[in-house]
Amino acid sequence: MTIFLNKASKVIVQGITGGEGSKHTARMLAAGTQVVGGVNARKAGTTVLHDDTDGNPVELPVFASVSEAIEQTGADVSIAFVPPAYTKDAVLEAIDAEIPLLVIITEGVPVQDSAEFWAYAKEQGGKTRIIGPNCPGIISPGESLVGITPANITGKGPIGLVSKSGTLTYQMMYELRDLGFSTAIGIGGDPVIGTTHIDALAAFEADPETKAIVMIGEIGGDAEERAADFIKANVTKPVVGYVAGFTAPEGKTMGHAGAIVSGSAGTAQAKKEALEAVGVKVGKTPSETAKLLREVYAALGA
Amino acid sequence: MDLYEYQARDLFEKYGVPVLPGIVADTPEEVRAAAEKLGGVVVVKAQVKTGGRGKAGGVKVAKNPDEAEAAARDILGLDIKGHVVKRVMVAGGARIAQEFYFSVLLDRANRSYLSLTSVEGGMEIEQLAVEKPEALARVEVDPGTGITPEKAREIAKAANFPAELVDKVADVFVKLYDVYKSEDATLVEVNPLILDEDGNIIALDGKVSLDENAGFRHANHALLEDKAAADPLEAKAKELDLNYVKLDGEVGIIGNGAGLVMSTLDVVAYAGENHGNVKPANFLDIGGGASAEVMANGLSIILGDPQVRAVFVNVFGGITACDQVAKGIVGALAELGSAANKPLVVRLDGNNVVEGRRILEEAAHPLVTLADNMDQGADKAAELANAA
Repeated sequence: MTIFLNKASKVIVQGITGGEGSKHTARMLAAGTQVVGGVNARKAGTTVLHDDTDGNPVELPVFASVSEAIEQTGADVSIAFVPPAYTKDAVLEAIDAEIPLLVIITEGVPVQDSAEFWAYAKEQGGKTRIIGPNCPGIISPGESLVGITPANITGKGPIGLVSKSGTLTYQMMYELRDLGFSTAIGIGGDPVIGTTHIDALAAFEADPETKAIVMIGEIGGDAEERAADFIKANVTKPVVGYVAGFTAPEGKTMGHAGAIVSGSAGTAQAKKEALEAVGVKVGKTPSETAKLLREVYAALGA
Repeated sequence: MDLYEYQARDLFEKYGVPVLPGIVADTPEEVRAAAEKLGGVVVVKAQVKTGGRGKAGGVKVAKNPDEAEAAARDILGLDIKGHVVKRVMVAGGARIAQEFYFSVLLDRANRSYLSLTSVEGGMEIEQLAVEKPEALARVEVDPGTGITPEKAREIAKAANFPAELVDKVADVFVKLYDVYKSEDATLVEVNPLILDEDGNIIALDGKVSLDENAGFRHANHALLEDKAAADPLEAKAKELDLNYVKLDGEVGIIGNGAGLVMSTLDVVAYAGENHGNVKPANFLDIGGGASAEVMANGLSIILGDPQVRAVFVNVFGGITACDQVAKGIVGALAELGSAANKPLVVRLDGNNVVEGRRILEEAAHPLVTLADNMDQGADKAAELANAA
């Protein structure tokens, strides 16, 4: 099994006619994702042409709204490639349409917009699971890709991965490409995000085919510390961790809007200690983390 | 982006938050003129983006223009926790009856906003939170509704403001939230918020952090940036639209993706422990689309750092395949010509890695060494930096 996304998932693309939306629609189709249409109010009624995974042409309808797209196609996943200034409206629209899963790739969304759409999603009863913003999305290798992760790094397997960082996700999938992954989720590096480490850990714990979990964090906030508490109380599967940013100085934002050490809060050392205190082995480097995962996986006797 | 106190004061004034008159000055003479203009007792305050100014001698009361000028001579040039004072604000004096604390900020953990309020102000908030947590009212603010007059009264009551002050401070809380919301701030803090002897509530000192992601809807925010204070390489990188942070080391770093670059810094620092303790010289994320031009821009910034002795290029080919990255590196080196004068260690993995490595091997640039993996590349770059 996979978490949140599988081969039956029907996907629409908000911003399907834009540059990024178009490029990644093609890539997702090639990866075998069931993309069933897109949304752009100004181009509603038109279609876009792509190739499916076998190279056959597919004509995808463009709808005026997410709710219309759901009605016409039965879509249950949406991915947003929308510029930062329009992201909040696109997300509110998807929440109103009660799409079960929404992946927001957009980088540079004002954090107050994210806080507002999160409050709105909560008010609506959490019917929409949000992943992102500022994330690479989610991939269940061999089944479906909703995001910008390269689909050919590795295949299906027993490892679950949750990460704040895109390229570190790719790096870790590459290091463990012989084992393969059930699902890999990039939750994003912004201060306010939808799906958290904890949400993904809970889902991996419940997924019978995920045997071991890799959790990648980075400086800023206290999400890793809270994940450690959650692991202690709720996760029986082996978890290994990696935290980036040991050498990051205080007060400097390291690429991601959320990656900043403020005073004594948010340091990589504090996160590593919190994880180790609950029995999570933490690698000093990505390669050492992969080695630790191999060890705990081998110890399962699987 | 953190603002200076005087910039926060100006924003407060714009939104009707009661503040004292303040004039910025860069020389003792300007301070004298400002003190003459304001008249009476003034306070000369160092403008630095760090706390503990008072203790460091960065805030002085002056009874007349002579004293103000003398205070300015003491304060200008002062080093406060590594921040050299280049500018002061001359502010009107206040007759303080009572000091309070108020802030509204982004609460990452709860994905919401939080207000912190205390009737015991003047103390550093971190200290108050530890020593007297019961005196600090923490009230969640719903990002959908914000601080309404009703919410503001709830906050004032939670902080145990006396009944006769509740409406007065609540009015200021609403205005401060207006600053927070309208300016896309992540923090608005007033410490102290005071009651003066005439019964007025005044924001005596303010701290504001603005969300740089929201810059596109605030043309005025670019003007608040202190370009003179920025590191010259960081300023140049910003002009080139590069995500660059200057650090204090010898190994230049280029990578794609914030997490991978942060990780590269760590791996280089570990490797440096075996090579004369060399350290990473910078953070530079060239993003997913590493074209030759972006690579050349990145390399030129890093080679412009006189501290850099070797460079480590660490790229995981995802959407942009390794052959494109390799072409970017070769193109960048050709474009830079003799300006490229430091050894380069390149590690490529991921999409089309075989073709990428072939391109670099074929180009056989004398400065370029290929590494098999991230750990080996970091070690080699540290070794070369130490040997240079």
